[in-house]
Amino acid sequence: MTRHPLALITLMLALGACQREERAARPSPVGSETQEQVALVKLSPGVPGPTTYTSGKAKEFEGNAYHLSQGKKLFTWYNCNGCHASGGGGMGPALIDDRWIYGGSIENIVQTIREGRPNGMPSFRGRVPDDQIWELAAYVRSMSGNAPASAAPARSDSLHPHPAENRTSPSPPVSGGIVPPSGLLPQ
Amino acid sequence: MPAKNVASTRYSELAEITPDNVKNLHVSFTFSVGVNRGQESSPLVVGGTMYVLSPYPNILYALDLTKPGAPLKWQYNPKPEAAAQGVACCDVVNRGPTYSDGHVFFNTLDGNVVSVDAATGQEAWKTKVGNIHVGETMTMAPLVAKGKVFVGNSGGEMGVRGWIQALNQHSGKVAWKAFSTGPDKDVLIGSEFKPFYESDKGQDLGVKSWPPNAWEQGGGTVWGWISYDPDLNLLYYGTGNPGPWNADQRPGDNKWTSGIFARDADTGQARWFYQWSPHDLYDWDGINEQILLDMNWKGETRKVLVRPERNGYVYILDRTTGEVLSAKPFHAITTTRGVDLKTGRLQYIPEKKPEMGKVMRDICPNASGAKDWSPSAYSPRTGLLYLPHTNLCMDEEHMQANYIAGTPYLGSEVRMKAGPGGHRGVYTAWDVAGERAAWSIKEEFPVWSGTLVTAGDVTFYGTMDGWFKAVNARTGEVLWQFKTGSGIIGQPTTYRGPDGRQHVAILSGVGGWPGVIVSADLDPRDATGALGFLNAMRDLKDVTTKGGMLYDFVLP
Repeated sequence: MTRHPLALITLMLALGACQREERAARPSPVGSETQEQVALVKLSPGVPGPTTYTSGKAKEFEGNAYHLSQGKKLFTWYNCNGCHASGGGGMGPALIDDRWIYGGSIENIVQTIREGRPNGMPSFRGRVPDDQIWELAAYVRSMSGNAPASAAPARSDSLHPHPAENRTSPSPPVSGGIVPPSGLLPQ
Repeated sequence: MPAKNVASTRYSELAEITPDNVKNLHVSFTFSVGVNRGQESSPLVVGGTMYVLSPYPNILYALDLTKPGAPLKWQYNPKPEAAAQGVACCDVVNRGPTYSDGHVFFNTLDGNVVSVDAATGQEAWKTKVGNIHVGETMTMAPLVAKGKVFVGNSGGEMGVRGWIQALNQHSGKVAWKAFSTGPDKDVLIGSEFKPFYESDKGQDLGVKSWPPNAWEQGGGTVWGWISYDPDLNLLYYGTGNPGPWNADQRPGDNKWTSGIFARDADTGQARWFYQWSPHDLYDWDGINEQILLDMNWKGETRKVLVRPERNGYVYILDRTTGEVLSAKPFHAITTTRGVDLKTGRLQYIPEKKPEMGKVMRDICPNASGAKDWSPSAYSPRTGLLYLPHTNLCMDEEHMQANYIAGTPYLGSEVRMKAGPGGHRGVYTAWDVAGERAAWSIKEEFPVWSGTLVTAGDVTFYGTMDGWFKAVNARTGEVLWQFKTGSGIIGQPTTYRGPDGRQHVAILSGVGGWPGVIVSADLDPRDATGALGFLNAMRDLKDVTTKGGMLYDFVLP
């Protein structure tokens, strides 16, 4: 009998070492929106670069397996895939490459979905709840390998167009709309 | 007009350029259109002026052919809404301007029809007929006849409802509008409507052949070619694919999509209709060109209409009644068994129907069809139809499509690939009376350019890796070729210039559905990109870059 409390304590310690993924059980109310003050460029007069302020909400979503998987589902439900395909693009630009016309941070992408962009991206403000926009943005970053492999989606429920997000090698964002020579394959 | 005449033959009587001297062609001038997107348009020559229309933002240029180097006379910029680019399915192309009575007419991507004074470049009128908020764009070349400008919408991948409209040539006011789906009164079907086949007879089939209200997002867009028969006073044009691509969401024949209408040009009233692909399963828009011929058919002279169709058959129809006289395959086909000439009905092979949650492999022809919009040409001298087309198949899986206005309405994933033989393009000379191919030229990439044929028995077409080719119209021998700066998907034009010489002109600039991988910098690692075309075009980036350049050729 004396061994049992020891085994129990060991088990509890072992379990305690497992980090459980945390997320808010109740999403923010429909219609609310965080304030993200982001820049589309790295340049600003003077040395420190642009002045930005972010709400910090990114932490809840980036690297969170639940939100990434929801984002992947919503990417199809809201017809994002109709224009961007499985990330290669079509009517809209590619998302699995390293070119970010309007910035590659999660806040940039959230703003892109909320506000739309002039050359064809519609504004989804008021159409998609804000937390879902964050889920979509987190997922979009995972498409180019910018999410931990341990959290990124591992499979697709459709035609297998390319390796799943958790096997996509990271391509760090090249910001500012740099157009690659079309003769080169994306690196 | 881009199709040369209302019968759409693209046949020129000019005969200065011959198989013997074509090798001497050289560049007489070039002109940059300033836009590096897909150049599907056709240069248009009227008198001493050449009109060149760019893809979005749809700038019209007038070049003075009477002066050395063809300097710019004027340019007209309609300033279309930039957001229109986001609802254009397959690159931001335009298929050409049309000239009539001192004015140039064309459509803008954001849904306007404009009339521009051909001498001064001043806008005569501009009428908004399309709505980008529901996914409508405009890319087709208008046809002008009987004082009216006939135009149609694009957006079959966005769940729009297709239509054709007739605008008064002088005022721009809409004279009539006929939808491709919905109740008879919207489709302009009345007492004059006499379709040849039983399956097209009945009241409000544009409603009844759909699940409730599905016709409201049913597609049937009119983004291709219109022909006109002045004797019968009939317009002929095709309707696009039904929406969504997932056919299980729209049981029924889906009238009046993927078919062809004959309409009275004055009133718009439908005369007959024939459905190439009833209950289309594969995105086979029925919008290709129709060439109007009066030919000897089995011993009697008949007014016919020849249509190389996306589903892989060259059709010959009696254009007074809509009766199918012949439908012979010009492409590898795994999806249908032919056309039943008794009922007029395309015979699908049920085992090849794409399903939800299952990948159907080796569907031939593919979604862009045996032949897409790229117009063919007919020579009365050879009796041959010169047919630019593809050799492509696809794998496809269907899923539930959600209708969200102004976003894609597909429910489908596709990956395309080369058809049997491994080449992706073919240029075929089709013996119309003999109902068979006379000869063909295999091309590495899809042949997405238009073509023309001349009385000198020379044909011209371009390739997606940038070659502009002249071919002996009788033998199929390539006589001359010139490497342009980018891939070619445009429509060649030939004309007698103010210098008295026969010229040939072509726009170079890759793009369109197969070329958007280059023109929009898509990522070739995604097999389903560009609605599945990326998978078949991964190597296009290795052989060409974006462009937007007019080339004009002449003999020394």
